[in-house]
Amino acid sequence: MTRRYPILKETPSQTAGPYVHIGMNPNVTGIHGVYEADLGAAMKTGAVHGEEITITGTVADGMGSILKDVVLEIWQADADGLFNTPGETRGTADPEFSGWGRAAADLQTGQYRFDTVKPGRVPWRDGRLQAPHISVWIVARGINIGLHTRLYFDDEGEANSEDPVLTRIEHQHRVPTLIAQKTGDGTYRFDIRLQGENETIFFDM
Amino acid sequence: MKNTPDPHAGYAARDRAWHPPALHPPYKTSVMRSPSAPLLSLPTSLGEETGPVFGQAMLGDMDHDLVHNYAEPGESAIGPRIIVHGRVTDETGRPVSNALLEVWQANAGGRYRHKKEGYLAPLDPNFGGCGRVLTDEQGFYEFRTIQPGAYPWPNGGNDWRPAHIHFSIFGAAFAQRLITQMYFEGDPLIPLCPIIGAIPQKEAVQSLIAELDMTRTVPMDARAWRFDIVLRGKRQTLFENRLEGL
Repeated sequence: MTRRYPILKETPSQTAGPYVHIGMNPNVTGIHGVYEADLGAAMKTGAVHGEEITITGTVADGMGSILKDVVLEIWQADADGLFNTPGETRGTADPEFSGWGRAAADLQTGQYRFDTVKPGRVPWRDGRLQAPHISVWIVARGINIGLHTRLYFDDEGEANSEDPVLTRIEHQHRVPTLIAQKTGDGTYRFDIRLQGENETIFFDM
Repeated sequence: MKNTPDPHAGYAARDRAWHPPALHPPYKTSVMRSPSAPLLSLPTSLGEETGPVFGQAMLGDMDHDLVHNYAEPGESAIGPRIIVHGRVTDETGRPVSNALLEVWQANAGGRYRHKKEGYLAPLDPNFGGCGRVLTDEQGFYEFRTIQPGAYPWPNGGNDWRPAHIHFSIFGAAFAQRLITQMYFEGDPLIPLCPIIGAIPQKEAVQSLIAELDMTRTVPMDARAWRFDIVLRGKRQTLFENRLEGL
């Protein structure tokens, strides 16, 4: 028989806690001068390929209260469907676009915002193209292990209808929880609900 | 075709029984912030198997020295001087090089430098509480700080967090993204903490407790604590195991 795998256990998760900003967005909580800028605050370093978009939204708990202490990270392909990382073997991604962003919700309003680009399509494991989407990771006080979800776009109806992930979801009435609503020219709204009515789909990926 | 290698094996699934569940009522905030529907299980694909990569050029000279990185020139943070070090590997035991670790913590009195924090212990004007470091080629990391204090928090009527340092860790893949907390060997508050208590298995709790390391302790300067970190690993195929002759 083969050897036991895995041989080590992953380090267990613990909540990011209420003071997550100190480590991840220190300038947001008034700690200036340690880091020049908060990591992930800017995803674009110059003129980027493709359509520049802004995504805003909130994260609500099971009572409908907006979280003021949540931090979100996103990871996505560039406009041509390529990831800006050494592991990308299909081509070279837009060097002016990091593909990774981090945003703290506003400490007063709970609104988050990402200035990014509309991602291109990326193949699924079997080669089928996925619809344009963004991977989202959510951490906060009270969240014991970071939550993974995906953001799709409501103006990509045809691509969404053949997306390998969206089409395999058993509870199809929940799919809209993964779809950002276009609110204007290059602006999208994506509200996340952690629990209860219209609970966002979270993935174990 | 059992012996055919999977060209796209992806990352091994997380052992959810090893991690704290989303809902752990003694940690009250988890009650309304935990999804009620089961997570949807999917294999990883490109977007989860890749992730942002960071380089030394991004780091400042003082990023890994919390004793001094917020201090006035010639000053230093108050508290027991410590070195925290360890190794980052994945579940297969391979070192994870170039992993970015971001850390944050309270000061020696248990007070955080944060707009939403009001504990009556004083701020230390020379302590910010954040730092970051990249692992070397063998997965090793080290940073200097002061030992944080325990502090009370509004959960139960009289809950105190054991001294801890928060860690945010980036491996090579977004699927490996992890936030955790490191505790200190011998802290009597560890078994009382509802946040630690969310972790179901004792061995898992033990893996978050750093051990005093006298071999790396610098005489007349700083005690050392060792904290090793394990990130998710890629699924191994049967074929790969055969190649290893096992």
